[in-house]
Formats: sequence, C-alpha cells, structure tokens
Amino acid sequence: MKRIIVCLKQAVDVSQLKVDPKTNQLLTASAPKKISDFDKNALEEAIRIKEKLGEAEIYTVTVSSEDAKAVLREALAIGADKAYFVNDPSFQDVDTSATAYILTEAIKKIGEFDLILCGEASLDSFSGLVGSRLAELLNLPLIASVRKLTVEDNTVVGERTLEDAYETVKAKTPALITVTREINQPRIPSLMMIMKASKKEIVTWTATDLNIQKEKVEGKIDVIEVLAPKTERKKIMITGENKEEIAEKLAKALIQEGVVGR
Amino acid sequence: MSENKGVWVFSENYDLTLEMLGKGRKIADMLRTELVAVLVGSNVQEKANDLIKHGADKVYLVDNPALERFQSEAYLSVLHNLTANYKPDILLIGSTKNGKPLAARLATRLETGCIPDCSRLSVDEKGRLIGERITYGGNAVAKVTFRSKPQIATIPGRAFAKLEPQDRNGEVTKLDVKIEEPKTEVVETKPLETSSVNIEEAKVIVSCGRGLEKKEDKALLEDLAKILGGQLGNSRPLAEDRKWFTEWVGLSGHKVKPKLYVACGISGVIQHVAGIRDSKMIVAINNDPEAPIFEVADYGVVGDLYEILPALTEALNKQLQ
Ligand SMILES: Cc1cc2nc3c(=O)[nH]c(=O)nc-3n(C[C@H](O)[C@H](O)[C@H](O)COP(=O)(O)OP(=O)(O)OC[C@H]3O[C@@H](n4cnc5c(N)ncnc54)[C@H](O)[C@@H]3O)c2cc1C
Ligand SMILES: Nc1ncnc2c1ncn2[C@@H]1O[C@H](COP(=O)(O)O)[C@@H](O)[C@H]1O
Repeated sequence: MKRIIVCLKQAVDVSQLKVDPKTNQLLTASAPKKISDFDKNALEEAIRIKEKLGEAEIYTVTVSSEDAKAVLREALAIGADKAYFVNDPSFQDVDTSATAYILTEAIKKIGEFDLILCGEASLDSFSGLVGSRLAELLNLPLIASVRKLTVEDNTVVGERTLEDAYETVKAKTPALITVTREINQPRIPSLMMIMKASKKEIVTWTATDLNIQKEKVEGKIDVIEVLAPKTERKKIMITGENKEEIAEKLAKALIQEGVVGR
Repeated sequence: MSENKGVWVFSENYDLTLEMLGKGRKIADMLRTELVAVLVGSNVQEKANDLIKHGADKVYLVDNPALERFQSEAYLSVLHNLTANYKPDILLIGSTKNGKPLAARLATRLETGCIPDCSRLSVDEKGRLIGERITYGGNAVAKVTFRSKPQIATIPGRAFAKLEPQDRNGEVTKLDVKIEEPKTEVVETKPLETSSVNIEEAKVIVSCGRGLEKKEDKALLEDLAKILGGQLGNSRPLAEDRKWFTEWVGLSGHKVKPKLYVACGISGVIQHVAGIRDSKMIVAINNDPEAPIFEVADYGVVGDLYEILPALTEALNKQLQ
C-alpha cells in the first residue's frame, strides 16, 4: 500500500443551519462549514491503515467553488500528508456526476494510488452517489458502505451491513471503498499535529489546470427548490405538581387525540 | 431525447419492486406509456406473472445461474445492456445498500442524472420526473428534476404502496445478456437478525435515546408500548455506539410515520427528527427543558423518563379501564 487517496468534502454544518422563517429558505451561505462527517471516518481509516502497514502516503482531494483552506488544514493536522484542492468558481452547485468527473480528472493527475476512500454519503447533500460514480469512471472495484476494512498486500476485504444480512466482500487493489460512520472513531488533532500541519503542502488546481470540459460540469439534474419542511406542531408543555399529575394529564390528552392504539 | 420511453422498475428486493410498480403504474398512466419490470436472477421465471398482476405491462426477464445472488458488476451489466438497448424514459431503482451504488454506476455509464432516495415522485407539465428528497441533514426537502435521459431515481422502502394484485394481461420477454466479469467477490454472508415487525408500519412507536441508562431499562418503554399497542424504536447512538440494537430511526435509518411517536431521552437532533417528521403526533419526555425535541413535539414533558414513564403507563392503564 503506497498511496491512499481520501475524497474529502467541505460540507455545510447542518446542525448549525438556520432557516429564513418567512421564505422557508435555508441560509446555507452564512452557515459554518466543516469536513463532512463520513469523510472524517474515511480519513481516520486511511491513517489507521498507514499506522498498521508502517508506510503509506495519504492524499486528500477536495472539490469546491469556495474557499476550503481551513478544512484542508484540519485534514492535514489529523494526519493527511498532502491536500489537493480543486477550486474554481465554475464548480458552484455542481451535481454528483460533475463532482465525480472533476475528482476523476484530479486523481488521474495525481497519478498512482492503491486505495480511494470516500464517505458513504456527504453530510449536507446526503446523496451517497459520488463514491460509486467515481469508481465507475476510474473503472475500479467498489465496496460500498463498509463498516470494517482489512487491508492485505494487494487485497481489501470490507464488511458491510445490508438490509437483511452481513456481507464480507473482497477486491484487489486499486479499489474504491465508501465507509460508514461505524467504521471507526475519528481522532481529534493535538496542538502539535496542528502546528506540524502548517508545513504540509496544499496543492491548488483550477478547472484549467485539469482541462475540465465545461459541458461536463453543467450537470444532469435541475434543483427546482430546497425548502425547510413546514412542521406545525402543537408544542404544548404538560406541567403539574408531581409526576402522577403530569402523567394523568398526558394520558388524558393522548386518549382525547385518538392516537392510542387499542 | 424523445426516443426514450416507458417507466421501468428494478430492485433485487422483491417487496420493493412491487412497491415501485404501485407508483410506477400511476406515472406510466399519466405519461400514457408502458410499465416494465426488470426481473433478474436464477430460476425466477415464476415471479413474472406476479409482477404483471402487480401492475407491470411487460417483464424483461434475465435468468441465468450466474445471477442467483446480487453481484455488482453482473447486475450492472444486465441493467446497462437493457437500458442502453431499450432506452427507458424513467428508471426507478430500489434504494438498498446494493441498489444505490448500482443506480449511481448505471447513471454514470449512461451519462445521465440520478436522484437518490426520492420519497415522493411526480411529473411536470413537460413530462419530466420530479423527485423529492430530504437533504441538509433533514433541514430541507429538495425538489429535483432531470436534464438527461433515462431519468434514474432511487426509491427507499415503504415510500409507496403496492397495488392489490389483479388478473391482467402482460408480456414476458426473456433476454440473454452478456454478463460482465465481477471485480469483487462476496466471500461470506450471514443473515442479520432484524425485528420481525416493520417499524415503518407501526401505529405507535415508543422510542428511546441516550437518556436510557441500561439496556434492561427498555422494559419501561415496553410496558408503555404494550398498553399503547405499539412497538419500540431508538436513536442511532443506541445502535451504533452502544450496540443494544441493530437498527434505528432517523435520516440514515428508518423513516417512520406512526399515529403516535413517543421520544424518551432523545435530544431531537435534526438527523433523528428527519425520520419522524411524518408522525401524526409526537410526544417528548426529556429532563432538559432546552432539548430541541420540544420544538417538534405536540406534547412535551420536562422530566426524568425513569419517573414519567411508569407513571404514564399507570395513568393510561387506569384511564383505559
Ligand atoms: C450524517 C449523520 C446521520 C445521522 N443519522 C441519524 C439517524 O438516522 N438517527 C439518529 O437517531 N441519529 C442520527 N445521527 C446522530 C445524531 O446526530 C445524534 O447524535 C443522535 O440522534 C443523538 O441521539 P440521542 O438523542 O439518543 O442522544 P443525545 O443527543 O445524547 O440525547 C440524549 C437526551 O436524553 C436526555 N436525557 C438524559 N437522561 C434523561 C432522563 N433520565 N430522562 C429524560 N431525558 C434524559 C438528555 O437531556 C438529552 O437530551 C446522525 C448523525 C450524522 C452526522
Ligand atoms: N466536493 C467534493 N470533494 C471531494 N469529495 C467529495 C465531494 N463531494 C462528494 N465527495 C465524496 O463523495 C462522498 C459521497 O458524497 P455524496 O454523493 O455527495 O453524498 C463523500 O463522502 C466524499 O468522500
């Protein structure tokens, strides 16, 4: 295992996302960004493989139309050796087919690798398509939704949980793996690791550097609208002198609402 | 683009195939086109008639011993071959752990779009498919449509209802397809013990989160569930971190729509709430008055679940006498 590439998305921190109450639009532009959770698991897994095998380079690749340097620095602090940043204003609102295409061009330019790790899905768009699309474009074996990964000389073995079964799947490297959150507990970088990371390299490429064809980033889907769902809940707080009184009031309400099953 | 026609459905999961036929029938009728079920496997011929009974006009049958079990490249090559030859307008693929990567790879081969996990589908005035899906961690619903064909959407389980089987006429076409060399090998499968009752169909769910201290304490919830005629649910950390359960409710788990959802010791983080939005009524019991679950609840109780639950069970017992 010489080189592991981790596809790392800078995602909107969905837990800090606000909604405009008048229009129900999401205020994504002002929301904080972070490394997509599953991608942190992917990076952690790469580091564990490196630690186990002794020697391996870990490269991260990020595609974004916005600034993502802080996120890339964090990845370097956590343990990536080098970060590739594919940054171009024309990448705004790209869909999964375009993202996978751009990632493919970047990975081709990086050159050789043994393993590509992606998240099962990204925190914000949660589409879960880019990893599989990338595997197809690079003509690689794919093991999706892996919750345990074992790496041997030139094979990878992934355990996956399907709807009705556990499955163990084997592939030869180079291969592409998408990971679930169960696979590991990502580490938090120490101050020393953060300081060390400032010496590591971030390579920035534009669309021109990668010879990106314009028509291929135009996308295959149209987003018509993205709106917060309207939830109209009663929000009645039940209070009382003691637990018995509260319980009685709640029981009465449930029976009156007609939601008690019997 | 206009040469693409027909609504197709495929899933390696048979129930999901029937559910997609239910919705597919409506879309095909709206577009005045045919509904096709793609049936892939080994010795699966006898299912073809059942697919027609459930709404299909046509069944494309690919029967081959090499297709007995799902294998990504094998199934992908079958679907690629069929879709490239017969050019469907719309293709619905079951959004399972195997189906979703299959859809993504097929869309890539066909250089087309894919909208994952559509819980609603409609057709616009131009006849384009519109899919609705939850995004931004449950904060939003996105309406998305296509610029390319075939229009591929993946469909989660229990988003749509099966049709009642009817005696209908349909056409079964058996096809021979060259199967691609697998790139991966399934070395072992073990059945997963899943709850025998489907939580998506539960009328009442009593659900616990990290507020529950020990696994045994779920008895408190079971007592309440029993009297309410419901079943248990839980948040993801109880499965993922504590391994008390194998499944969970939420964005990445089951999307439920009971009459009553009782959330006990669940903070109400957006990813959990995304799975319970369609509940008719939500009750929250949490000892933190600031817990976000109260923002999405119809009735809230600030209190210790270890005190409130037994009292509630008792009160219901009395009042239902
Ligand atoms: C991409 C992604 C997908 C995810 N998908 C899901 C998903 O599908 N489903 C899901 O559930 N989570 C999901 N999560 C995790 C989610 O973000 C939360 O971490 C999780 O829902 C929290 O579970 P909880 O409410 O049980 O625990 P906590 O957030 O720890 O809440 C426990 C609550 O219990 C209360 N409590 C403690 N003791 C008591 C007591 N004695 N009596 C009453 N109340 C008490 C506390 O006040 C607290 O509010 C996902 C996360 C990510 C990043
Ligand atoms: N813009 C991006 N840059 C780098 N990797 C990405 C990007 N978008 C998606 N990915 C990778 O693809 C995975 C699935 O993303 P998605 O299909 O958007 O849910 C993520 O977990 C990442 O590993």
